[in-house]
Amino acid sequence: MTTQNSEVNTEITTENVFLNISRIDMEFPTPNGSFTALKEVDLQINKGEFISLIGHSGCGKSTVLNIVAGIYQATKGGVLLKNKEVNEPGPERAVVFQNHSLLPWLTSYQNVELAVDQVFSKKMSKTEKKDWIEHNLKLVHMDHAMHKRPDEISGGMKQRVGIARALAMQPEVLLMDEPFGALDALTRAHMQDSLMDIQKELNNTVIMITHDVDEAVLLSDRIIMMTNGPEATIGEILEVNLPHPRDRLALAKDPEYNRLRSEVLTFLYEKQRKVEDIKDKKPAVKAEAMTIVEDDIKEA
Amino acid sequence: MSLTAATINRLSVNEKMMKALKSVFNKITNALLLPVVGIAIFLALWSITAQSIHTSLGEFPGPNAVVKQFYSLYDEHTAEREKATAFYERQEVRNAKKLEKNPDYVVKTRAYTGKETFVDQILTSLVTVTCGFLLAAIIAIPLGIWMGLSVKLNSALNPIVQIFKPVSPLAWLPLVTMLVSAVYVSDDPMVSKSFLTSLITVSLCSLWPMVINTSIGVSSIDSDLLNVSKVLRLPTFTNIKKIVLPASIPMIFTGMRLSFGVAWMVLIAAEMLAQNPGLGKFVWDEFQNGSSESLARIMAAVVVIGFIGFLLDRIMLLLQRKVSWDKSSASV
Repeated sequence: MTTQNSEVNTEITTENVFLNISRIDMEFPTPNGSFTALKEVDLQINKGEFISLIGHSGCGKSTVLNIVAGIYQATKGGVLLKNKEVNEPGPERAVVFQNHSLLPWLTSYQNVELAVDQVFSKKMSKTEKKDWIEHNLKLVHMDHAMHKRPDEISGGMKQRVGIARALAMQPEVLLMDEPFGALDALTRAHMQDSLMDIQKELNNTVIMITHDVDEAVLLSDRIIMMTNGPEATIGEILEVNLPHPRDRLALAKDPEYNRLRSEVLTFLYEKQRKVEDIKDKKPAVKAEAMTIVEDDIKEA
Repeated sequence: MSLTAATINRLSVNEKMMKALKSVFNKITNALLLPVVGIAIFLALWSITAQSIHTSLGEFPGPNAVVKQFYSLYDEHTAEREKATAFYERQEVRNAKKLEKNPDYVVKTRAYTGKETFVDQILTSLVTVTCGFLLAAIIAIPLGIWMGLSVKLNSALNPIVQIFKPVSPLAWLPLVTMLVSAVYVSDDPMVSKSFLTSLITVSLCSLWPMVINTSIGVSSIDSDLLNVSKVLRLPTFTNIKKIVLPASIPMIFTGMRLSFGVAWMVLIAAEMLAQNPGLGKFVWDEFQNGSSESLARIMAAVVVIGFIGFLLDRIMLLLQRKVSWDKSSASV
């Protein structure tokens, strides 16, 4: 129930799937020949689904996201959104970047305005645009600091504005690259709650990259666990069937929540233990970890 | 017990006051006193050294002689201006009389053709350097932006920029002079050839720092910001206007300040040789004149040139502070 074979999944749902990441390989040219970052990454996502990508750093999570965003082009395979191939970036796949990426010379309002002006240039009147910008800033609780510049607001607030900008594009898919990675734990928890509220209201299709196991379990409908690179691919997929709305305090004691959590932890710290880390710290465990990785490969 | 506490308290209050006084004193020393001391020592050394240097034009001018020349240059200027007003008054009276005699008389106004004073020459220099700099900026900034955006264009043009950057204005000048004489042929010239020659020379030399800084500024824009632009599918022009230009404004201004400095230095040399009225020509004329006051007048010009250069840089800095979002980049 928890682990699905992605191959099987493909055969069932390739037709009419909302977002189809179809068997993508990604190679980067390097001075010593090409480096295969991703191999056969295959994933089908339904409308309104919240997907988390989790894995160790350097495993190619961001590469997957960038390919879906259209910033990178897959070497093999491709991405289909509503059966249309993705080959360039576009506002229907809005990105929330890790370090907010707000334009530092514009206020929060103007940052969102830039997106709204571009996406709805002809579809909205001036007052409609203004209302829409303010509505989105209100959604992320940033209406009190609309006319402040990024350097005048905190990290969490910047990330909120980044999310408001992405939401204001009314994307088909919202792509988030470790949106809360740079925030402190309290702010992060607060932002997660906000995101759940927003999600309840808008029911967006979301792909989020995260390093945080709790965040993944709390927010997602499915957690995609990636193997270590090079040639990283999807290791396991974990369905999260916890009922919405989710409450972090109640969940802390929930056995299902804890089971899911330990599944992810097991994947990350036993099956996909980072080899380099072990080399630095505990040479004794190295052999054991290596065999586990090898077992994994055999299974695959 | 309480008495000692009060004493300690008073002592610490005194200490605090002393500290505050000290920090104020330090500030005054750094901002005012030390520069004044520096200038005073320089003036003293200058006047002592000047006394012991004897040239064929007399003693090398000390500070006193230079100050005296400032006054005389100003007097000459006011005298020349009075002459000019007198000339125009006379002309008006004459024209009025002629009109009285003959109502059909077409009034002719002639411009006063007296010699240019020091102040006139400063103004001419400022006009020339500004025009030359603006011409360079109009070419350099778009070119720099384009080079920053396109790696291919950058590779293609970089060698040319690097080779032309260190060329002295004196090397350009003969070429520019001949070029202007050959191309700029007109019966009723809007501007004089010498003005055009100095202007183009100034542009040629002040172009490069702006091109280099702009292209570096543009090519080093945070890739996330460019990704934002890609996700929004901003058209090229909007991308440049909304993202590229504001993001690279700090670097562009650094280039502009460098360029303005270069332009002002080059201008003096260009004016000397092109005989364009201006500070450079003033220096050259005084040198050729060779009176006993010449060296002091040249030294006065040197001081003015330095002072104007400093002011121009400050004006650019103020402009940068006004325009740039990144206030930290606009420090001295």
